Formats: sequence, structure tokens, C-alpha cells
Amino acid sequence: MTNSTSQSSMLQPLTHLVNLSQPLSLKEYIREGGYQGAKKALRELQPAEVLAIISDSNLKGRGGAGFPTGMKWSCVPMFEADDVNAPEHKYLVCNADEMEPGTFKDRMLMEGVPHQLVEAMIISAYTIGADKAYIFLRGEYHLSAKRLQQAIDEAYSENWLGKNIQGTNYQLDLYVHTSAGRYICGEETALINALEGKRAIPRAKPPFPQVSGLFGKPTVVNNVETFCNIPHIIKNGADWFKQLSPKSDAGTKIYAACGRVKTPGLWELPMGVTIRELLYGHAGGMADGLKLKGLLPGGASTDFLLPEHLDTPMDFDSIAKAGSRLGTGGLIVLDDQNCPVGMVLNLIRFFAQESCGWCTPCRDGTPWAVEILTRIENGQGQARDLDDLANLCDFMWLGKTHCALAPGAVEPLKSALKYFHDDFEQHIDKGCCPYSGSHSPSEIASNVAQACGGHAHG
Amino acid sequence: MINYFDPKTQLNSNTITSDLNTRDLGTPEIFSDTQVTLDIDGVSVTVAEGTSVLRAAALVDINIPKLCASDNLEAFGSCRLCTVSIEGMRGMPASCTTPVREGMKVQTQNAELAKLRRNVMELYISDHPLDCLTCPANGDCELQDMAGVVGLRDVRYGFEGENHLDAPTDSSNPYFSFDASKCIVCSRCVRACEEVQGTFALTVDGRGFDSKISAGQNNDFIDSDCVSCGACVQACPTATLMEKSVIEQGLPDHSIITTCAYCGVGCSFRADMQGEKVIRMVPDKNGQANQGHSCVKGRFAFGYATHKDRITSPMIRESIDDPWQEVSWQEALDFAANKLRSIQKNHGRNSIGAITSSRCTNEETYLVQKLVRAAFNNNNVDTCARVCHSPTGYGLKATLNESAGTQTFASVLEADVILVIGANPTDAHPVFASLLKRRLRQGAKLIIVDPRNIDLVDSPHTKADYHLKLRPGTNVAVLNAMANVIVSENLLDQNFIESRCDDAAFQQWKTHIEDPRHSPENTAEITGVDATQLRASARLYAKANNGAIYYGLGVTEHSQGSSSVMGIANLALATGNIGREGVGVNPLRGQNNVQGACDMGSFPHELPGYRHISDQVTRHLFEKEWNVELDHEPGLRIPNMFESAIHGHFKGLYCQGEDIAQSDPNTQHVQQALTSMECIIVQDIFLNETAKYAHVFLPGSSFMEKNGTFTNAERRISRVRKLMQPLAGKEDWQVTVALAKTLGYEMDYQHPSEIMDEIARLTPTFHGVSYEKLDQLGSIQWPCNEQSPEGTPIMHTHDFVGNLGKFALTEYIATPEKVNKRFPLLLTTGRILSQYNVGAQTRRTDNQIWHDEDKLEIHPNDAEDRGIKTGDWVGIASRAGTTALRALVSERMQPGVVYTTFHHPLSGANVVTTNNSDWATNCPEYKVTAVQASLVTEPSQWQADYRRFSDRQHKFLSEASSTRDNTK
Ligand SMILES: Cc1cc2nc3c(=O)[nH]c(=O)nc-3n(C[C@H](O)[C@H](O)[C@H](O)COP(=O)(O)O)c2cc1C
Ligand code: SF4
Ligand code: SF4
Ligand code: SF4
Ligand code: SF4
Ligand code: FES
Repeated sequence: MTNSTSQSSMLQPLTHLVNLSQPLSLKEYIREGGYQGAKKALRELQPAEVLAIISDSNLKGRGGAGFPTGMKWSCVPMFEADDVNAPEHKYLVCNADEMEPGTFKDRMLMEGVPHQLVEAMIISAYTIGADKAYIFLRGEYHLSAKRLQQAIDEAYSENWLGKNIQGTNYQLDLYVHTSAGRYICGEETALINALEGKRAIPRAKPPFPQVSGLFGKPTVVNNVETFCNIPHIIKNGADWFKQLSPKSDAGTKIYAACGRVKTPGLWELPMGVTIRELLYGHAGGMADGLKLKGLLPGGASTDFLLPEHLDTPMDFDSIAKAGSRLGTGGLIVLDDQNCPVGMVLNLIRFFAQESCGWCTPCRDGTPWAVEILTRIENGQGQARDLDDLANLCDFMWLGKTHCALAPGAVEPLKSALKYFHDDFEQHIDKGCCPYSGSHSPSEIASNVAQACGGHAHG
Repeated sequence: MINYFDPKTQLNSNTITSDLNTRDLGTPEIFSDTQVTLDIDGVSVTVAEGTSVLRAAALVDINIPKLCASDNLEAFGSCRLCTVSIEGMRGMPASCTTPVREGMKVQTQNAELAKLRRNVMELYISDHPLDCLTCPANGDCELQDMAGVVGLRDVRYGFEGENHLDAPTDSSNPYFSFDASKCIVCSRCVRACEEVQGTFALTVDGRGFDSKISAGQNNDFIDSDCVSCGACVQACPTATLMEKSVIEQGLPDHSIITTCAYCGVGCSFRADMQGEKVIRMVPDKNGQANQGHSCVKGRFAFGYATHKDRITSPMIRESIDDPWQEVSWQEALDFAANKLRSIQKNHGRNSIGAITSSRCTNEETYLVQKLVRAAFNNNNVDTCARVCHSPTGYGLKATLNESAGTQTFASVLEADVILVIGANPTDAHPVFASLLKRRLRQGAKLIIVDPRNIDLVDSPHTKADYHLKLRPGTNVAVLNAMANVIVSENLLDQNFIESRCDDAAFQQWKTHIEDPRHSPENTAEITGVDATQLRASARLYAKANNGAIYYGLGVTEHSQGSSSVMGIANLALATGNIGREGVGVNPLRGQNNVQGACDMGSFPHELPGYRHISDQVTRHLFEKEWNVELDHEPGLRIPNMFESAIHGHFKGLYCQGEDIAQSDPNTQHVQQALTSMECIIVQDIFLNETAKYAHVFLPGSSFMEKNGTFTNAERRISRVRKLMQPLAGKEDWQVTVALAKTLGYEMDYQHPSEIMDEIARLTPTFHGVSYEKLDQLGSIQWPCNEQSPEGTPIMHTHDFVGNLGKFALTEYIATPEKVNKRFPLLLTTGRILSQYNVGAQTRRTDNQIWHDEDKLEIHPNDAEDRGIKTGDWVGIASRAGTTALRALVSERMQPGVVYTTFHHPLSGANVVTTNNSDWATNCPEYKVTAVQASLVTEPSQWQADYRRFSDRQHKFLSEASSTRDNTK
């Protein structure tokens, strides 16, 4: 996959250097043009100038919410070197928790080209004036941990980290922190609590982490993929980045497709390709004999869309307009032989398990959703169950719970109730699951996971 | 509702409940210079920036439903009942975690919100036992209240889901139980244990629906780090954490505010009552000393007041070899008065005296000293403060010109560097310790000077920055070394010294202290403290914006106790750490009313308000008020009384509420003195150790049975209110009045308020104090007079009571109590959390389960040398005597130093302590005794004798009640 023709390096900046069997060493990475962004930022640009470029590039966070990165960074208070009010430390954190079922894009970036992330964090930390940076890594990602640590060690020995980086008076320490393995650790404030050694519970916002985050100090949390764009933007300019997807949100996006499609996998494509192009152009369409019934465009915590939405561009605004979220960009398809009730039950069971338990609607509400869905799936549902489910969705909706896990958990359910209402009613009327011989929920779960097993298509 | 005090409607004045200000406003108060105005349901509200919407609403009486929020805990937004709609904000944010913003428009009630809140309740109730009517919290349950408020009518989810209804109850704590089936996982208990108490005993275990509250690593409460402070019980909105007394007896019908009778923190409590029965004690949210917090003693250990051992009838006997005889009050008083008068006739006016108690009220103490001066016609009155904080009085008067601590407890929340010397607050002053720890968690630095690894050295989320582990008895050398560093490294606060201190005294002190003999390097040999550490500590304290010193009996109970206190004052003066919030010199007083007992003139040389008896103007003032002539010669101190008794001169003693036979040093010496007297009158609630040597027993009243005031370590005067009729028919002050009358001296008071009026008339620092004002203000810190009509929270803000601060010379002189071949170990004594002082009260409660015997703590090296293992019986011999205790081998000790508590009489800790005492005040040197420890197989001779004697006296007591039963 290390195809370093200038064309792919320009069109697939994030992945063109990915080599999953043997990532580039520091020397090799530099030979391929690496660390030029970092050099430029640290040597030629003031933090405010870097920030201006990032803001201008229109980069939006790839961790799920699509929040403009420049805007996020601009909330960090900045101080002159001798300001007595300056905090002792500021922190930069990379969110590499990636616990969402069927999502592997960050792993590919970390295992395939670890120096890209290291370089990205140097530039980003410099921009916000952070002197400590952490990569908060999903517990199971042992290989990522090893490769990142190798890259960090190399960077230290070549003075890309530590004191007086490359002769400037900028200083940065970078650490890898392995997570204890809970989905909620991916929520940025729970992640901060976990980093502090506390129970991983989301914090109330405000105060936002940019003002009071890790150990009460200004902190920026970004996703792996978000970060990896930074060196390229600095090196090639904001206009180049915007040109990558002229009609859309700017830049590229690593998309995934899984479920029963012909060739599941990961692709770096211009931001805003249509769902159709992803599903039929890259993933080879549905597996033989199956028809598309619905799809989750951005991972397990997004709303269903229907075949009629196939021409929607996969960018934040367009998908939102269609009624769902771009999320992580991981497309999950539902085929016509798959029971939507079972699939939704399976997903929400995952979320109920991963609920941190802090707030009542989610702690007590997700188990009830599981309870009721199980009843329906087993043919013991009653008519009023659908109202109760709708109510639960309503009460766990955005802005009504302590964090976004619960709303994410009910997004598939709420949209399934809307689009596949007949399926639910049939379960209740017939007293059994009409998809006889179909897949048990757990089987589907492992399908989803396997299907997305990290095949990258360059 | 506040009822103001009116002596004529006494009963009414008792039922002061403070509905006012006890409302829970949901989130803590925020202080900010910036004010923000917002609109809540059409009402315009202006509050400090950073305040939550929930609190802002509560302030204008808009009560948003809530369950997980409480205004003594940080908000966390878990229950989602407090959701509101805010213009421009997505969804329905929790108002407890949403800070106000300028121009915000908030709606707290609409159909959508109502639906959401009801749904939350449905979720709760679908996993909650439906036994409200038989639940102990019925009527006192926030879950119930909220179900009502949101109009819960139906639980759509049914009750068949997964649930926790079979979760077991943990009843391991003697005072409260944890019924997990009723838990709503609101985490208030966890946060209370962390934020209020600072113990971190509780956690939320598991996640999602399996989340549950767990004490430590899934322990029972009793096996966890829990110190039984009760904060979690109070925080719990349901019946999950509940006082067993309420489970057994039901909810209270009325409440009375009163003051804890244990330690010098002086916590304010709401006594929850059914008729005359106390159901539970709950720390009073408005209590200015404790701000709604408490420790296990005040909160739970009050059962002693109604214990079967209470003696409720007066008793007399000719000799201590006779059985007791129950008699009427008048018979007992006549008997006592006759004895006292005849002793005075035969042995002279000065042959009798009295001891006042730091556990009795100000009014009672005042009356006892008045009795001595006016009716005994001498000045032989002393108090148990002699044996604890007399050096504080002396040392602070000499330097700061007032015998009292300088701050409020809350002042510690402004301190940046905290120096704790010879004090163990987590055990002895737990509620203050919680405040201190809170400040440490906010980042203040801590220096500890103590021979032992006390808990504060290393506890969850707080650690000492420096621990100067000195050899017992070398406080002065350490303090001098610190001063030496401050002077020689020029860390002095010159401005402060020039403007506030006496220059001549300063110059003299400077020359004295800068001499290299005081340097850390040159004293390290004596103190055992590393010089670098000491230098660093001195710098840290001196350079702090706000440096505060807290000290305890580890400073005062030494042969150089007074010098240490002055050394501490020197440090504060030298660094300008006095006269504002966050600084100061703070004695942590042992007993509830040590400060008060000293203020009330319980010393042989001082009239109330620390005025010398030889001062004619003061004496005349009292003579006029009391209508007698006063002796201008100081009387006998306690040790002199004992000496004099042994020599046959001092023959009669009136001892109120004090147990000198157990608490004073060198027990055998005390016993000898007691047996030499002809008439000992003991007024107490139990047959204490001293009463076993008494001829007259006057049954006392516990703090629940009387009105009065206590003064805590912050000089805070608080009301003690009568909860029930005195079991023996008389409040203690009435007994003293009756005794005076029988002796022919009339005291005319209808109510303790009138005694306070007299004190206020006669004492300048109390001129402004009255019961009426106490009821209005809750409590008052003296001085309270024309200059400061509402009292004085922080002392010495402008001058030192009209004077300049005086540096005092403090040369280190080693104690005569030295280790040698025969006595190679140093014994130091102290106390623990669950027991109080001589234990007469706490030993009669379930607190026993934490500490049912005193043990000898010994370092592993010393133990090994002697073949001692934990649990072995160890004989402890000193120059004064021998006793035996079981050993506890512990790394908390340093080699060469052993430690024990003195809560149990049979332990005989004071059989071992000596007659050495402070040079200025005779405060005994409890903290340093040279001893030897060795394995033994049986108790010491003293213990055997004690047991025999004590059994005999108990037999005499039971014979007394049988005489009464026979005559009936
Ligand atoms: C329940 C939950 C789980 C999340 N998990 C992840 C995750 O695994 N990785 C991630 O990058 N962001 C995750 N997020 C989003 C983060 O909170 C945060 O928005 C993101 O790291 C910000 O990075 P970005 O601005 O670069 O997108 C999660 C959010 C929620 C509510
Ligand atoms: S929504 Fe769920 S995961 Fe988020 S805080 Fe509430 S209980 Fe925890
Ligand atoms: S009683 Fe006090 S120490 Fe014990 S768990 Fe409750 S709050 Fe913590
Ligand atoms: S025990 Fe009480 S305070 Fe603690 S979580 Fe349960 S209900 Fe809340
Ligand atoms: S013993 Fe002291 S700390 Fe404990 S409740 Fe009583 S006054 Fe407060
Ligand atoms: S009171 Fe605000 S969420 Fe519980």
C-alpha cells in the first residue's frame, strides 16, 4: 500500500503511507516528506498562524460530532511566556479509544503510519501551547501501542520530542496511555477522568475541557483521524485541503462499509462521496441474493437511512439533512433477510452494557429498552410496547442525558421504529420473529465486527 | 421558625428548629465579583457568576425537582429530574450542572419537562420496593417527595424487569444500615464521603444497570475505611442509608438545636426527638463551627446519656470503706456542707477547694468558681484544663496578649501552607480535619511535626509535603530551628514586625534565635529531624501567602509546653501570619469547653476574663456583685492540692464533672492524695474513678438535660439546650446553687441565661453576650462587646488587644525525663477517634466495637528486640509505676518510641506517667515518659489492686440501690 506516487500522496494524504506489516521508520517517513509540516510550524509559524491555517482549512472533527477543529482550539486560553496567570501545564489528548463496534480506521492509521500521528500531535500541541500530550489508546490495540511507542522513542532520540525541539525553545512530552476498555472512555470528558485515574464518568460541560480539562487545566481532545490531517494541511495549505472535496466539508474521510456487502473494508475518499458510490463503487454492493433494506451511515450510534437516501453525499451536513449523522463514517447495512428488531436489540444491548451508569435515563432506560425489545423479538410483545419504546427514545434524546451515549444508543431504535414499524408490528401480531431461520443477534454482532476486520483499500 | 429566647416561656425556647436556612438550595454557594442576571419563569434573578440555574431558581423560591443534588456537594447531573428548558439550548439540560449566563431565559415547568421528569421517576420506581408505608424513611424520603412532585401515577415499565430488589442489607455498622434494594445510585453518599468527610471509603462499583454503591473493595461498611461520620447517611435521599435508631423507633416529631458535648470543635446538632426521647442527632447545617458535618461521637454516640449506669439519686457515706446510702438531695447537701464547714473549722479556710470541668457549661463552671471564692472564701479552684491546655493560655497571653486561638475553623479554607504540630486532628478533631483535608485537596501544602505517622501524613488524596518526625520532648528545639532559618535566611516579615510588634522584644529575640546553636544542623542531633527537611519546611511556611499553624496536646503536655506555645506564636509573628483569614495560631482544644472553662475564671489566680485576682479594680467589681470580700492571694493548683492533701493540709474537694483519678498523671500519687482527704464530693453522671474515693455523690445531668453554653476552640459560644428533664431532677448549675445555699451563700438564678447575664456584666470580652443574641446569631465568637457587637471571628486584625505583639525567648531545655538503660523507650499518649478522653461516655456506647481496649503501639524493631508480637501482654514500667497492655506492633511508631491511649481505666496508662510538668503552668508531661516494655504473663500489681478496689466499690453502689428498695 506504500504507493508514494505524488498523485496518491495528494489525494489520499492520510493513508498513502500506510504499511500495516512494517510501518515507516522515522528516517523513511522523513524521506517520504514527513515532519515537513512540523518543521514549518515550529520554525516558521507562530501558534496563532497555525491556528489560522487550521481554521481556514475547514477541518471538522472525525471523532463523530464533526466539530470544527480550528474553533475548538481557539477556545484554549493563550498566554505570554512570562504571564503569571499562565497555567502550569496545558494538555493535548488524542482520542484513540475506538470502541465503537465495527470501527477500525484509527487503528489502521496508528499501526500503518504511526509517525504521522506523532507529527500531528507535535504541531497541534505547539498550536495550543501544550507541553504534555497523551494518546489514549483502546486497551486491545497492543500492536498500535507498540508501534506508537517505537515512533515516540525515535522521535525523542531525534529531538522531535522532549526539550528544545529541533533547536526551538518549544518543549513537549508525549505518552501512550492504554485504556481499561470501556466504550464510555471514548467520550472526551470520561476519557479525561480515566486519564486522571478516576472512574470513567463524563463530566458536566461547561466548563469545557479547553478551559478546564485534565487536572483542571486547559485540554484539547481530538480524534486520531482528525489529527492525522494536520501535518498535510500545514505542509500543503488550507486551499489544497479544501480542494480535496470542493463541494463538501473539505479534505478526505476514511469511510468503512460492513454488514453483508461483497467487499467490506476501509477507503480514504474525498469527503462527500455518495452512499451509493461507497456501497456499490467500493464495497461491491450487497452480497449475492440480498437486497438493501436500510443502513446506518456513520456507525452503530446513528439513525437508519433507507435505499432512497443512496445519493446523499456522506458529509456532516448532508447526512444530517437526510436525518442521520456521519458519525465515524462507518456504513453498516441491513439487508432484507436480516431482522431489524434483532439488529436494533443487539446494538442497544451493547450500549446498555457500556452505559457508565451515572445518569438515570440511560442507566435504567437502556435496560428497559433491551427488556422490551427482547420481549418483542421473542414474540411476547404487546401493542403498547411500541409506545413505551418511543417514549424511552424521546427521554434519552439529545440534550436530555448527561452525555451523548444514550442519545447515540437510541438513534438506531428511534429510526427503526419510524422506518421499520411494520416489522415491529408483525413481531407482535404473529407472536414470533418473521425472519425465521434468520440470524440471532449475537451472530450479527460478530458479522459486523468481522466484516470490518480492518481491510484497508487504498 | 425561630423562637427567640424568653426565660418565662422556657419550654418554647427549647423548640428552636431552624427551618429557615435549612432548605437545600441544590448546589454549593459560589463567590464571585461578577454578578449575572437571568430570567427564570419570568422572574428576574441576579446571582454570582458560576452559580447553577438550580440554585438561582431556589433562591427565588422556584423549587425545581431534584434528587442527586444537594448544596453541600458538587453537582453531577445524574438523576435528570432537575431538567429545564433554556432558550437557545438543545434538549433539556440539567439545571444543577448548568451555570447561569447573562440574559439566560429559563423555563422550569412545561408539559415536556413534566413528561420527562415523570419518566425518570417511572424508571426509578420500576426498580424500587413498593413498601413506602412500612419503610423507615416514610415521610422523610426525597424519592417519595419527588414522586409526589412529578405526579407519578403509573409505572409503565412494570416491575418484572431486571432489578435489585433482592440486594442484601449491610447492617455491620452499629449505628446505620445500608439497604441496597432501595438505592437509586445517585452517588450522594459517595460524594459526601469524598467531599464532606474526605475519607473516600465509598465507590460506585460496576457500570450501567449493575452500578452499585460499595464500601471499599466490596467490603461491609465495618471492614472498610469508613469512620462512621454519618455524612453519607445524611446525604442519602432514600432509606438506603439510614440510622438504625430511626428504623427501630420511627421518625422524630420535633427537633431542638444544641451543641455536641465531646471535643473542642463544638459541632452544632439538630436533636431529632420523639417527646423527650432523642431519636437521632443530625449535624446542623447552620452550625458555624461544623457547617453540617459531624463525627461518629457527636452523631451517634449519645446513648450513654440514658445508659443504665446513670446514677440518679444523691448518695453519701462516712468512709470509702462503707457502702453508699441513697438519700434525698437536701440530706446529701447538708451532709456535704457540714463536712466542708467542719474541715474549714479544724484545718483552716484554705483546706478545701474545687475542680471545675471542661465538659460542663460556662454557666456551671462560673458558678463553681464563684462558690469557691464567695462561699469557700478562698481561691482553691482549678480546672482540668490544667492538664491539657494551660500552656496555651499562658503562652498566647504572653505573646499575643490573649489566651485564645486566633481564627475560625473555616479560615483554614484560605490557608496555603498548613503547619500541624503535635495534633492528630483526624482522630481528635475530626470535623476540623475534614475541612483541613478539603483545603489540602484544593492544593494547600502541609507540614506535620509529630513523632508518629498520624493519618494525615498519608491519606487518600492528601499527603504531607513534609513530616518532621521529631523525638518526643524536642518541640522547642524544632520550633527554634525553624525560627533560626527564618531569621538567618531573612524570611522575616519586616513590615509586620515593625508596625505590629514590640521592637525591644523582637531585637532581643532575634539576637537569641540567630545564634547558630539553634540552627537545624546543630539541633538535628537532639530532635532527630533532618536539617534539610526542616529548612525546607521553614521556608515553605515563611514564604506562604497564608501560613496557618494548628497545634494540640502534643505541644502543651510537656515540661516545656508553655515555651512551645510561645515558640509557635514567635513563628507567626516573625512571618506576619496573624490577623487575617487563612493564617493564625490555632490551639485544637481537647474537650468541648476547655476554652470556656478557662474563660470563666477556673484558675486559682484568675477571675473570669483572665484577670488576676490580685488586681484590685477587678476584685472590687466582683466583690460588689457577689456581695463578699475576696481573698487576693491565688489559691492552689490541682497538683498543689494533691501535694497538700498528702501532707495533711488539704482535706475537702468538690469535683464537678471531672475524673481526676483516671485523667491525671501518676495515678498512684493521685490515689494517695484522694485517700488522704476527709470529704470528696463528686458530681457526675456515672460512678467514675474519682467517685470511688468520694463521700458524697451528687448525680449530674448530661448535656441533654440542661441549658447553658459551651465555648469551642474558636472562642465560639454556642447554646446547649435542654432536650429532656434531668434524670436526677436537677441541672448541674442548680446543684451548685443548692450547695452554696446550704453553705449559707445565696445565689439567685431562675435560668442559666441569668448567669450569663452576670458573666457579661462582669467580663469585658463578654459584655455583648446574651442568650437572646445567641438565639439570633446562632453562636458568637468572643470578644463580643461595644466594639464588636456580633463577636470577633478573627483576632488581632489591627493590634494585639490594644498592645504590640511580643516575641518571647524560648531556650530549649531537655526534659528531666530521660531514657537510660533501665527505661530505654519514650512513651507518648494520645487518643483515637471513637473514644473520648477517659471514655466514661463513649465506653457506654457501641463505639466500643472500634476500640475496646488500649494497646501499646511499638515499632517492629523494638518489638523484635523484646520478643513482642501483636496481641502479647506487655508490661510497661516507668519511674512512677507499672501497668500491662496488649501490644500492637506498628510502623506508625519510630524506633525508641511507644504509644498508648488512655480511654480505659484498667489500662492504667497514667499509672506510668510521671509528676513532671510544664515549668509555667504545671501542665503534666503526658507526652514523654521513659519506660521499659517487656513480655509479661499477668496484669501488673496496680491492675490487680485496681480490679479488687473497683469491684468492691461497685458492690457498695449496688448495695445503695438495695437499701433504697428495702426502705420503699
Ligand atoms: C459515548 C461516546 C463515545 C465516544 N467514543 C469516541 C471514540 O472512541 N473515539 C473518538 O475519537 N471520539 C469518541 N467520542 C467523541 C469524543 O467525545 C470527542 O467528541 C472526540 O474525541 C472529539 O474529537 P474530534 O473533534 O477530533 O472529533 C465519543 C463520544 C461519546 C459520547
Ligand atoms: S448517558 Fe449513559 S453513559 Fe452517558 S453519563 Fe448517562 S449513564 Fe453514563
Ligand atoms: S459514614 Fe462517613 S466515612 Fe463512613 S462511608 Fe459514610 S461518609 Fe464515608
Ligand atoms: S445509598 Fe443513598 S445516597 Fe448512596 S447512591 Fe444509594 S440512594 Fe444515593
Ligand atoms: S466530637 Fe467534636 S468533631 Fe465530633 S461531633 Fe462532637 S464536636 Fe464535632
Ligand atoms: S438534581 Fe440535577 S440531575 Fe439530579
